[in-house]
Amino acid sequence: MENKTAAVKMRNITKRFGTTLANDRVWLDIYKGEILALLGENGSGKTTLMNMLSGIYFPDEGQIFINDEEALIRSPKDAFRYGIGMIHQHFKLVDVLTAAENIVLGLKEPGRLDMDKVARRVKEICDSYGFDVDPNQKIYTMSVSQKQTVEIVKALYRGADILILDEPTAVLTPQETDKLFAVLRSMRDDGKAIVIITHKMHEVEELSDRVAILRHGQFVGDMLTKMTNAQEMTNMMVGRPVTLNIDRPDPVDPKPRIIVEGLTVRDPEGTVKLDNVSFTANSGEILGIAGISGCGQKELLEAIAGLQIAEKGSISYVSDDGVREELIGKDPLSIAAMGVCLSFVPEDRLGMGLVGSMDLTDNMMLRSFRKGRSFFTDRKNPRVLAEKVVKELEVNTPGVSTPVRRLSGGNVQKVLVGREIASAPSVLLTAYAVRGLDINSSYTIYDLINKQKKSGVAVVFVGEDLDVLLELCDRILVLCGGKVSGIVEGRGASKPEVGMMMTRLGGKSNG
Amino acid sequence: MFDFVSFFPRAVMQSIPLLYGATGETLTEKSGNLNLGIPGIMYVGGICGVIGAFFYEQSGSVNGFLAVMIPLLCCLMGSLLMGLLYCFLTVTLRANQNVTGLAMTTFGVGFGNFFGGSLIKLTGSDVPSIALSATSSFFRKSLPFADRLGAFGKMFLSYGFLAYLAIVIALISSYILRHTRVGLQLRAVGESPATADAAGINITRYKFVATCLGSMIAGLGGLYYVMDYACGVWSNDAFGDRGWLAIALVIFTIWRPNVGILSSILFGGLYILYLFIPTGTNLAVKELYKMLPYLVTIVVLIVSSMRNKRENQPPESLGVPYFREER
Amino acid sequence: MAKQSGGRNVLHISKRGVLPWYRAWAIRGAAIVLALIVSAVVTTALTGLNPLGVYATMIQGAFGTERKMWILGQNMAILLCVSLAVTPAFKMRFWNVGGEGQILIGGLATAACMILLGDKIPNWLLIIVMVVASVLAGAIWGGIPAICKAKWNTNETLFTLMMNYVATQLVAFMVIVWEVPKGAGKIGIINQNTCAGWLPQIGSYKYLLNILIVAVLTLIMYFYLTRSKQGYEISVVGESERTARYVGIKVGKVIVRTMMISGGLCGLAGLLLVGGTDHTITTTIAGGRGFTAVMVAWLAKFNPLVMVFTSFLLVFLGRGASEITTIYGLNHSFGDILTGIILFFIIGSEFFISYRLSFLKNTKKGA
Repeated sequence: MENKTAAVKMRNITKRFGTTLANDRVWLDIYKGEILALLGENGSGKTTLMNMLSGIYFPDEGQIFINDEEALIRSPKDAFRYGIGMIHQHFKLVDVLTAAENIVLGLKEPGRLDMDKVARRVKEICDSYGFDVDPNQKIYTMSVSQKQTVEIVKALYRGADILILDEPTAVLTPQETDKLFAVLRSMRDDGKAIVIITHKMHEVEELSDRVAILRHGQFVGDMLTKMTNAQEMTNMMVGRPVTLNIDRPDPVDPKPRIIVEGLTVRDPEGTVKLDNVSFTANSGEILGIAGISGCGQKELLEAIAGLQIAEKGSISYVSDDGVREELIGKDPLSIAAMGVCLSFVPEDRLGMGLVGSMDLTDNMMLRSFRKGRSFFTDRKNPRVLAEKVVKELEVNTPGVSTPVRRLSGGNVQKVLVGREIASAPSVLLTAYAVRGLDINSSYTIYDLINKQKKSGVAVVFVGEDLDVLLELCDRILVLCGGKVSGIVEGRGASKPEVGMMMTRLGGKSNG
Repeated sequence: MFDFVSFFPRAVMQSIPLLYGATGETLTEKSGNLNLGIPGIMYVGGICGVIGAFFYEQSGSVNGFLAVMIPLLCCLMGSLLMGLLYCFLTVTLRANQNVTGLAMTTFGVGFGNFFGGSLIKLTGSDVPSIALSATSSFFRKSLPFADRLGAFGKMFLSYGFLAYLAIVIALISSYILRHTRVGLQLRAVGESPATADAAGINITRYKFVATCLGSMIAGLGGLYYVMDYACGVWSNDAFGDRGWLAIALVIFTIWRPNVGILSSILFGGLYILYLFIPTGTNLAVKELYKMLPYLVTIVVLIVSSMRNKRENQPPESLGVPYFREER
Repeated sequence: MAKQSGGRNVLHISKRGVLPWYRAWAIRGAAIVLALIVSAVVTTALTGLNPLGVYATMIQGAFGTERKMWILGQNMAILLCVSLAVTPAFKMRFWNVGGEGQILIGGLATAACMILLGDKIPNWLLIIVMVVASVLAGAIWGGIPAICKAKWNTNETLFTLMMNYVATQLVAFMVIVWEVPKGAGKIGIINQNTCAGWLPQIGSYKYLLNILIVAVLTLIMYFYLTRSKQGYEISVVGESERTARYVGIKVGKVIVRTMMISGGLCGLAGLLLVGGTDHTITTTIAGGRGFTAVMVAWLAKFNPLVMVFTSFLLVFLGRGASEITTIYGLNHSFGDILTGIILFFIIGSEFFISYRLSFLKNTKKGA
């Protein structure tokens, strides 16, 4: 090991949530003047571990040493005292306050509150690192990257020596990412300790000095970035040599099913989320959607499902006998009334796809409860369906009367996907279908999707893992900032090619 | 002819309990607690003052300073206890705020009316009714030269000290909320406790302090009503629905205590407008005039939600208990 | 959330899984017992009476004579009716604290029919008109805040609260318009000679009809909430509006429909009060039931069948306390104090049902 001093030592840290073990006796050292990448699959406990450093959670067992002195971090306030600043994935900012007000929030500076003085200091920090923040701008009027900048300035304003960033680039454009990395490097050169949680291998290789890997809540090892490579890191994350080998049957009689032309969507704040998007999804085929997070995937699926108001363009559904019907301007109910059977597995499973406090049976009814003329609901069929889903998809649950909130992420997803395909759809939309699932559950889901494809369903698969997209999909639509960057054949497309298209329109620019 | 010079002071006297209640509730709501127990707390504040004054008057000689301080402290203690109870239930035990608040109002109004009705019997005194005229005269003392200043004196200088205190408290609260560190942090707690928590603010402490201070301020409204407005005479249910009106006033002022000063006078005016509108023999119409403050509040509520301006909305986490490890 | 106690141990609060129903009810039962003990202490401290004697008097007051039991039943029926009314709204997370106003307006509509149509149409038709008018009036009163909530997300707690006072003043206005005799400030018994519009009496039991109506209503509400499609929609909207939209439920429509049901049933309670028992209307006819019902419904976890018990508990307390006050010559508000104390304990006990307290040992010495 190089001659470095440890800023943080975590020893035997254990944290449980109910019966799930989020962190299991973790040992981790964080050094000054170094950028550490904390790697792990979703649900491997990276964020939980860092939340214990920043005082959000309190460890059930174990000790934390800051600068070789044992620290009891009971609250975020304690964390600040130890010079720890964390930038969360979901920003911790108060929307109705200004940037400067958010930055001084919680600080105990002597004297009365002088917002002008604060604004001047904020400007100073911004100037020295090249940030662009208006201290008097209200947070709710800001873009995502501006909010992130405020978060970083906030940590710097507090004189953080240990800076933790939880998936900071997920919401940034490539240019913004480059800018962020430059700042992080100059902070490292100042001698600060920096931890970045990510699962993007190229960022790890580009930015970090050292990587530490968690798997199922346990620490599996760390190494210098320059001594390792993406394959080795991936293997350690997953726990065994990974050979992604997903079955990809040939499309069955592909015919256009959904035709999207010139679709433009704005969010309530007026930002363009989809800009003139056109493509066709065929029956018996899986169309992958690739893109960095937040570049319009969610809006695209919701627009097809009738949950987004489109500003321009058309989405037509082509039935088996060739009749085209317009879907824009219809809500989910009227789409169903047209006889279009459209299934949608949304990204937010418990906030949108399922009702957490209801049991499996009641969740099975969500789509179908209106069936029949009776005033009362029929719970017999949903119960049968719930039992069938539990059995066929091997859902790990005490019974069909358990609230789905009590199930683990993978099982929740199985319940959701099970319900959505039970209605024998002709179109299946899935958003991040395997996020947070272990390898086995993921493969169960891939199988289910392939089965749908074989039965002639048009599948739209939004994914974040390029390897999976390239192995599973017949064609891949690449989005970049709400625009179509290109559509490639899944067979034969290369990862760098698609990666380039995700960050630059068309992908082949050499600028 | 509409006699503004005699109307205005009466509107002001009506407004003071509302202003106390509204300032207290604003502070409370800024911390994210919707305290529907305010009407009960105002009853408790009033009756505790009455109990203090009653025993002091019974004890014989009446000293001006003590005659004011004893009821004042009793009132503050009583409403503080109510505030603590509310906080213990909703913050520490994370109970539903609406239900807790309503239970507190049931309790508080019952508490006030019980002691108001039974104080004489319980103590076995030989006075016929609770009329604390001696104490009240100290509370009602206005500046000696007020009478000599004609209309101006009548309109602005003729009130007891609690009236001016209400305005001072509203101004101070407004300043604290807008211009100090504590105010900034309190607003953050009410808007987004998770964020405030991450910024190192002690959520529990802020909620407790803001809610308890709010209760004490609201309690003073009850005290003012009995000692000044009602001349020291407690009659059951006389305080009426002023507590709810105070909560309405909070919405009307879009959570700004300084706006509350003028709005409360407006509300007070609307509340007694029926007395000044000549309706002849048609007494029924007067009842419709009494509807005005509520209708105005409803209109403000709807208009502010229609305009949907972020600054004019209730604190975002109003009514929601906070638990850090919620997942 | 963690609190420090003494430096070594850390008091830690965490969310519990599901507690078996019998343990949950054991905790609530313990809370009630504790509350009764505290109430006894308070009673003795305030009045110097023997607490056991006081409780005996309370039971006497609630069940002592046949007449008292009928009054208990009648009060329970009305309170239960209002509680049933507010429940669908609460299941939808719509805080309807406007029950008071919705009862009043329903009662006002009933009284209007009785006064204006009393001698003009046959009695059976009059009663039908009264039922329709009272339910409709309540539904409209509840529907207005719901429409604003659905359209602009207007805060419903404050809106429904204000509607109470508008209703009160409206009743005050009409009372003066209709007052008998002029200048009395009250209406007196409506149609005292003709009994037009008085709900029929079953046998010699004045209150039996009300009790039967509410009993049937309880069952209907139970099945409506747990078995009907609309009840299911209410639960989905209450849990997550996004999920509701995702499956094509029209959220605004459900909010307005549910609140109209809620208001309509409150209006029905107004009918039972005005047409069934009081045969007059005053501004205080609702008697705070709109607020008490919130607690009845919440204590029963919005289960209509359990509400039979929670409404009984609150009515028993009220009746018992009023007996104490007459026997011992105390003020009638004593009951409110006891009710408050018991509510505080039950409200507090919910914490121990959903959270677990534990002490964490810190490895750190001193601190």
